[in-house]
Amino acid sequence: MKIQIKKSTILIGLLLIVGFILPRFAGEYYIHISVLVLFYAYMAVSWNILGGYAGQHSLGHALFMGIGAYTSTYLFTVIGLTPWIGMWLGGAFAGVIGGFVGYLCFRYGVKGPYFALVTIALAEAAVYIVTNIPSIGGAQGLEVAWTGNAPQLMQFDGKSGYYYMILVMTIIAVWLSSWLIKRRFGYQLLSIRENEDAAEALGVNTLRLKIQATVISAVMTALGGTFFAQYFTYINPRAVFGEGPSVQILLFAIIGGIGTVWGPVVGALVLIPIAELSRGWLGGTFAGAQILLYGTVLVLTMLFMPNGILGLYHKFLGKFQNRQSDGGKSEAL
Amino acid sequence: MVFSFELFGQAVVTGILIGGIFALISVGLSLIWGVMRIINFAHGEFLMIAMYIAYFLVAKGGWDPYLTILITAPALFLIGIIIFQVTIRPIIKDPPINQIMLTVGLSLILQNLALVFLKADVLTANTAYTRMNFYLGGVVVRGSQLIAFVGSALAAFILYWILQKTDIGRAIRAASQNRDAATLVGINVRSTYLLAFGLGSASLGVAASLMIPFYYTSPTVGLFFGLIAYVVVVLGGLGNFIGTLVAGLIIGLTESIGASLLPGSLARVLTFGIFIFVLLLRPQGIFGGKQK
Repeated sequence: MKIQIKKSTILIGLLLIVGFILPRFAGEYYIHISVLVLFYAYMAVSWNILGGYAGQHSLGHALFMGIGAYTSTYLFTVIGLTPWIGMWLGGAFAGVIGGFVGYLCFRYGVKGPYFALVTIALAEAAVYIVTNIPSIGGAQGLEVAWTGNAPQLMQFDGKSGYYYMILVMTIIAVWLSSWLIKRRFGYQLLSIRENEDAAEALGVNTLRLKIQATVISAVMTALGGTFFAQYFTYINPRAVFGEGPSVQILLFAIIGGIGTVWGPVVGALVLIPIAELSRGWLGGTFAGAQILLYGTVLVLTMLFMPNGILGLYHKFLGKFQNRQSDGGKSEAL
Repeated sequence: MVFSFELFGQAVVTGILIGGIFALISVGLSLIWGVMRIINFAHGEFLMIAMYIAYFLVAKGGWDPYLTILITAPALFLIGIIIFQVTIRPIIKDPPINQIMLTVGLSLILQNLALVFLKADVLTANTAYTRMNFYLGGVVVRGSQLIAFVGSALAAFILYWILQKTDIGRAIRAASQNRDAATLVGINVRSTYLLAFGLGSASLGVAASLMIPFYYTSPTVGLFFGLIAYVVVVLGGLGNFIGTLVAGLIIGLTESIGASLLPGSLARVLTFGIFIFVLLLRPQGIFGGKQK
């Protein structure tokens, strides 16, 4: 057990070192891919707290991403408020909406596929609502005005500034996610996922916990939404509230290993470079080829390794080490 | 927007006619969802495939749009059972999230295959029926939509008849009510599922052929109809055949009356609003009794 902890500490240490010195060696294109990896890892980690730990599968998480992106961008373009403050206002807004949605859903016992449907409907409704409000850009969306190299406005010359920002966000998110799951709160979330009735019978306040998980997940996702807007400098209703981002937010968690701390990161780390590089090779000729790849990987993952990459890894690990009894903990962590 | 009797009448007529198509599309989803307890998130994409088949037969082959049913329905039946056999059957006992993600993956694949090979162009078939209009006072009744409505009702009735009166239908209903008990009385649940999935998909083939004279085809057309189908099925009550038909009309009317009253595309928000409301308060649907 001790050796394992050490190994993982070394591994994380190495990852961090590589992470922080990467921009010194990599070209802009590879930094861009790294930004995408980190961004989607971050989003998947955020989704995973509600979808993976608590087992409430939101298929409309773009709702929160969009709220974050639109709040900070609107405040920036209209009153010039720096996105560094705007992102927290967006996070707070998303947290309130998340709490409200969570309360409504879980108060009325919406669960399983029905919860997925409610979240899809909410995100889709948001697409049409934002599309029909001209003062926040309507269908055209909003553009983030470029003000030059202005770190105080979350705008950086070159990509390394964004890279370090999302790197720090991802580290904090992973740390938060691993800290939560080791606490009473995390175990209670897992108990809800495994058997909600039993958890309730044992005195777990499932309603409150599920709402809390929704709020945490929503706030984190919204903060990522602000980063998305600042990095791509353009948002529109479909791009941030649509079914595309909703799927991409959870895709990497599912493929990497749902409900695990590192699964979402592994999923993004494995899949995005492949997708981006193959897009480079194919050129712009095949619109949709990248999503086609994601869909194929998703179907194959569900068919042949339903617990994702990490699930498969642990399975092999178990075979080779004859599985020292850790109470199935390694599967949860 | 000036509100007038004609405008309202027009919205009601269009809503009912479109609602018929919504109902047929949703009946297929309801069958699959009700029997297997799996939401097929690729349902809209199945419809999209059928619409492309119908479109190419009409536009390139010069077929009468309604004759294409002879191809689209069997083709969709076949596509349905192949996809079921290869992808859905192996995960039928997996956790719901895996089933959801599998069908989401399928929808991504189908949608983007269409995008890669057929391009994002919006295709409209110009048929003899496209401009066939009747006038009821100041209200226009589009002939193609009227045919689609009647055709949908007929197809839904045939499906209902199959489910109620034939041995196959009885087996499907038995399997949906209690899988183990059905197996005990000698029903081959596996082939029953296959058949249900095929029938649910085939109804989309019929719907696609009926829609081709008045509706465009594009790789993303399934997105909208897929969402509409979830709304209608939930509203009507899962597995409730008549409920689904009525819910189709309700959503058709909501969409068209909403569109005539609300600016822009806000009518869609109304539809999703109803959906969320029903999911929260009556997940068994507005007509349903108790749900398991």
